[in-house]
Amino acid sequence: MNLPVIIKFVIDLLAVLLLALGIKGLSKVKSARDANRLAAFAMSLSVVGLLSYYLGTSGIAIQSWIWIIIGSIIGSLFGAILAKKVPMTSMPETVALFNGCGGMSSLLVALGVAIFPISGGQENFDFFKSLINQVSISVSIFVGAITFTGSIVAMAKLQGWLSTPGWTQSKVRHFVNIVFAVASLIAFFDLINGNTSSIWLLVIVSSLLGIGVTLPIGGADMPVVISLLNSYSGIAAAAAGFVVDSQLLIVAGAMVGAAGLILTQVMCKGMNRSLVSVLFGGSLSAQSTASSGSGEYTNITSCSVEECALTLEAANKVIIVPGYGLAVAQAQHTLREVTKKLEQNGIEVVYAIHPVAGRMPGHMNVLLAEADVPYEQLKEMDIVNPDFPATDVVLVLGANDVVNPQAKNDSSSPLYGMPVLDVQEARTVFVIKRGMSAGYSGIKNDLFDLPNTSMVFGDAKKVLNDLIGELKDLGVGEK
Amino acid sequence: MSFISLLWVLLLGSLLGLELIGKVPPTLHTPLMSGANAISGITMLAALTLIVKAEGNVPLLIIGSVSLGFALFNVVGGFFVTDRMLAMFSRKPSNKK
Repeated sequence: MNLPVIIKFVIDLLAVLLLALGIKGLSKVKSARDANRLAAFAMSLSVVGLLSYYLGTSGIAIQSWIWIIIGSIIGSLFGAILAKKVPMTSMPETVALFNGCGGMSSLLVALGVAIFPISGGQENFDFFKSLINQVSISVSIFVGAITFTGSIVAMAKLQGWLSTPGWTQSKVRHFVNIVFAVASLIAFFDLINGNTSSIWLLVIVSSLLGIGVTLPIGGADMPVVISLLNSYSGIAAAAAGFVVDSQLLIVAGAMVGAAGLILTQVMCKGMNRSLVSVLFGGSLSAQSTASSGSGEYTNITSCSVEECALTLEAANKVIIVPGYGLAVAQAQHTLREVTKKLEQNGIEVVYAIHPVAGRMPGHMNVLLAEADVPYEQLKEMDIVNPDFPATDVVLVLGANDVVNPQAKNDSSSPLYGMPVLDVQEARTVFVIKRGMSAGYSGIKNDLFDLPNTSMVFGDAKKVLNDLIGELKDLGVGEK
Repeated sequence: MSFISLLWVLLLGSLLGLELIGKVPPTLHTPLMSGANAISGITMLAALTLIVKAEGNVPLLIIGSVSLGFALFNVVGGFFVTDRMLAMFSRKPSNKK
């Protein structure tokens, strides 16, 4: 071992350690921000390690430097701009986009190595020499392509650019996807056998497979899919690590792959879905129209903003249940003003956060934090559920399925078994909603029919603004 | 590095990943996913290797450069966006000071 090798070894070891500490730290609120920076630092360190290794051994040609700089500047610039500009509500699709590009990167590396077997350098990079390299190239292309097209489809669906085509809800899609899968396998083995030309077939069919698998999945399940694809991009990175013989890449890729799987599992649990039903079951709404078609509302009470304000003024304890509708209306800041007024009047205000509120677990916390809601007021479902019977008013804002009592009472409901917030236990429930449309799952919400529930129809932001006015007229929040 | 030892690396890395996030508060799921996603952009190292080893092969240089661009888009964007999210959580301990 000469000096550059030793230096690279030490730097790689340090980078792995810091990355592991980074992921670990990201799972605690206190350390999360520093941990993220630590991980970013570890990544830069790994780049320095790699470049210094090549500088110390084979040297880096001017031409290479030029292409390195071009690629880095363009990629980093776009990444940074997007990260700064994107609104917090679009976080899931942003993560999907980033993730897809990571997959694309692994795909391109494998493709490059496969088409132009590089020779020279100290390790003698003759990639098609051994079976292992062919396997790792194939895996890298296969997983990378699925990650890329799957993530792009997921992003497009979340953005509303793509709807769910009808045929994807029928059995046809299983047939189509099986064809793609079999074709990928054929190309896969053909490639391993040394038939380089089948590489394009592999790229095409695995891309199609990524689209075919993601397209039928309904919006509610998208976060699970994104998390799964995130895990895939780790696997793709690890495979690329085998391709270029980098332990650091393998470790980091494997860590992300495994951590992504755990996170996917956690998300599935929160939504009462199994991974299998997410991937192969089609969208939830398609199933539910069949099973709970008798979804007519019989006992809807609607009320004005004024009544709502009067009830709030008389309350001692108020629980807010925010959902994605709130975020879409960008009303979290207006909501904060309302709760400030209530608090000034001595009313206890708490936010009940369902594990999958928003579009991703934890998404709602981010959105409320953006509006300066104190962290201590955000209560998780298990902690807040026993409080509902002692609560005067519950304000449901743009949430629907997560407050549906069907999940507890109706064993025939597709929602049955999903953990929900027991808002119906409170004395009065106000549901602020645009209309009577169903929630994400497309299932009727029994809560709306209950006698202690009143609907306040209107756009969340407008209703909240009116509410501020009414509260002002009542003298709430004036000192 | 022999294939077998690389497999060991893969195995241990996976086990480490499984252990690292045993329990995460739901609050942090989105930032964690985003942060882990940024780390998966570590393929930038593979892209760099490709460029360095290209030895004047222009198509390969271009593929490597594009690959590097995609990876860094993932890495830089991922870390920035995660930081943006986490900054919101750390803002409110204002009552501490």
